[in-house]
Amino acid sequence: MWRNSFCCLLVFAACLLDSGCVRREPPADVTLINNAEPETLDPAILSGIPEFRIVMGNLFEGLTRLDPKTARPIPGLAQGWDISPDSCTYTFYLRTNLVWSTGEPLTADDIVWSWLRAASPATASDYAGEFFYLKNGEDFVTGKIKNPALVGVHAVDKFTVRVELTHPTPFFLDLCALPVMSVVPRQTIEKYGDRWLMAQPLPVSGPFELAYWRPNDKVRLKKNPLYWDAANTPSQLIDILPLGSPDTALNLYENGQVDIVLDRTLVPGELLDLLRKRPDFHPFNYLGTYFIRLNVTHKPFDDPRVRRALALAIDKELIVAKITRAGERPAATLVPPWTANYASPPGLGYDPALARTLLAEAGYPGGKGFPRFEYMFDAAAGGGSKIHQDIAIELQQMWRDNLGIQMDLRQVEWKVLLGSYSHLDYETARSSWIGDYNDANTFLDCFTSNNGNNRTGWKNTRYDALISEANGQTDLKKREQLFQQAETLLVHDEMPIIPIFYYAGLNYFDTNRIQGFFQNILDDHPLEYLRKANPKSKAQSSN
Amino acid sequence: MYFVRRLIFAIPLLLVISSLAFALVHLAPGGPFDRERAPASPEIERNLRAAYHLDEPVWKQYLRFFGLVWDRDADGRWHHAPASFNISYKYRSHRVSDIVGQALPVSMTLGVLAFGFAMCVGLPLGFITAARRGRWPDYAGSFLAILAVCVPGFVVGPLLILIFSIKLHWLPVALWESPAHMILPAIALGLFFSGKIARLFREGLLATVQSEFIAAARAKGLGENRLLLKHAVRIAILPVVSFSGPMLADLLTGSFVIENIFQIPGIGVFFINSALNSDYTVAVDLALLYAILLIVLNLMVDFSYTLLDPRVKYE
Repeated sequence: MWRNSFCCLLVFAACLLDSGCVRREPPADVTLINNAEPETLDPAILSGIPEFRIVMGNLFEGLTRLDPKTARPIPGLAQGWDISPDSCTYTFYLRTNLVWSTGEPLTADDIVWSWLRAASPATASDYAGEFFYLKNGEDFVTGKIKNPALVGVHAVDKFTVRVELTHPTPFFLDLCALPVMSVVPRQTIEKYGDRWLMAQPLPVSGPFELAYWRPNDKVRLKKNPLYWDAANTPSQLIDILPLGSPDTALNLYENGQVDIVLDRTLVPGELLDLLRKRPDFHPFNYLGTYFIRLNVTHKPFDDPRVRRALALAIDKELIVAKITRAGERPAATLVPPWTANYASPPGLGYDPALARTLLAEAGYPGGKGFPRFEYMFDAAAGGGSKIHQDIAIELQQMWRDNLGIQMDLRQVEWKVLLGSYSHLDYETARSSWIGDYNDANTFLDCFTSNNGNNRTGWKNTRYDALISEANGQTDLKKREQLFQQAETLLVHDEMPIIPIFYYAGLNYFDTNRIQGFFQNILDDHPLEYLRKANPKSKAQSSN
Repeated sequence: MYFVRRLIFAIPLLLVISSLAFALVHLAPGGPFDRERAPASPEIERNLRAAYHLDEPVWKQYLRFFGLVWDRDADGRWHHAPASFNISYKYRSHRVSDIVGQALPVSMTLGVLAFGFAMCVGLPLGFITAARRGRWPDYAGSFLAILAVCVPGFVVGPLLILIFSIKLHWLPVALWESPAHMILPAIALGLFFSGKIARLFREGLLATVQSEFIAAARAKGLGENRLLLKHAVRIAILPVVSFSGPMLADLLTGSFVIENIFQIPGIGVFFINSALNSDYTVAVDLALLYAILLIVLNLMVDFSYTLLDPRVKYE
């Protein structure tokens, strides 16, 4: 009896070991760590940075793609385009050698179908707002019109796509590189529904095919030999690991098991000062801003003087020097200074005396009578870093010391914080915004009255009019001036948000080992160009 | 008959567990589609919630979870709606069965290895401390056992990596690719349980040696070691066996901490993240999986009692 049980146990353990662990597969040319597990790889519905990094220009390509060094749009599936004199009509000319990875031709009809799918209310894409710029796009996305033929995207012939816009959109070519506007395989999607990404073989339009995607293990990409630029795609296999622990990421990197670690949050906070000095830790200006949301529907935050006083009482220099420490710059505006075609107007600096005066004018001299309020923040991703908590504690002290007001800290889960934003169920809260494309509109548009990302309760018709007028301009200088006036309202006069710092990115990789990996303000890294500098070096380091 | 009764009783128990889990995850603030980027329009959000039936009352969603709902289509005809227990709101391209099918074998492998480690270390340690009670092996062994219980996995894991991977270069720092990758996580996971087992086994042995049948055996002139090994162990191990049921359920369903430290693609991470992400169906599925494992393993524990202790009989 005992012997039989023991044998059964051994067989069970052997089966487990076989199914549960050892996988014999060829090593990847390059292995990256990409923070979180991707929620989806469907370009129409993805919205997170980890998903962008895998999909954008790698699995599925759009009419344009981004230059790896400058992050500016360059020809993708379209080899060129014409723009009408009023900048409202774009005619894209597709490359004539486009095929899916499965060999079928890729045509203008595929582009049109992919865009209409992403814009359809049934798809419920978070990025469907990018189609608002198309003629009738907003009405189609919101379900007011059902006829897709009315939307401003049409296949003129097999290799020509004509796009009509509601107004000149200087960043439209940037939008064409976003995953939501990339081309996806119609027949596969119609056949497999929401499981289409699991289809084998999966037709892709980008330089890499999806070899497999094992949740919480890895995404493996393999070279698409039928991609139009396959001759310039050096890597055959690329592994992308979902990993949120900074210590584990650093250990794997130091042991040569991974080549590139993407994401500032994967640098262990305790070692940040030491690691930043190393040549394989590459900082860059990132198109993102960390800010505080003030719920203007709650007293006393409905008073702009109170909001301005809070902003003036924050020593942002201290926050970036003492807490974030990765090269972030203190922010007085929402739009980062490295945004294309735009220079922000002056915002509010650190002036505790003026802050006290404003608070007194609002009826709270020395903070007397100011109600105790709450600051909401989440536990930082990965669990290793406590940046949000440290900033909250610092703010609590600054506001107490400079204004004499008391604030309670409330740490909540990420989803709870997001829910609180949506329902305006907070008083003050930490927040951030990462630009989708290199234009001031990606930031300023968020705070128009009806934008779902506003989430402060702040509505200002003048601000809305300025943003709308700016987006109707073809003259870039005039457009910039209108945006500046709008931003002055946002971060100087009204302050529904308090910018704290502009993000700095930090990726780590050894340029002696990896080539074709470039830093840019969107932290976008087309894997097409990536290659091992010397394959032997990895073999040596792993031995 | 006893075991059949227990299995039948498990069905209402699972229903209670699933309904409680379903209610709790829905009570938690935040929803599965709350995101940093707001949908382009309220209609999109409404569509999304409708597509996943999140606009329905919770009781109806619960029935839908088990496939007990009939919907009326546009023509007014009734048709059976598929069960929703296999969908994930967060990982919409995957089915829950895909996730569990891939992650559970990994966690089970790690769990079995950790269980083996815990037994291999805990039982001898418990035996030595009991056999040499009040002497230095007892003090040293008990200290080690308490240390193993007290030091958490998030300390043990990085310490093991520091010593065996970074300093000595004997074992890989993380990932799950070969048997060598399993050693450190199995130790880190099993260490706590080895300490618990050592303490339980020691107490069990010390209690058993006070029994009359041991006194009788001793009176017959049996040697002390033989007495303990041959007669006392079978009874003294019963508390360890009782503990093994919930311990195995814990081990087989993965550990969030250890899986994170060693980047293991197990199921433990999904247990925590499904709740944090308000991925309702996955959270309830995994709660049920844990409950089923617990029930089955406890049944096995009860069954093993009949093999170990001749006094135990189930009617």
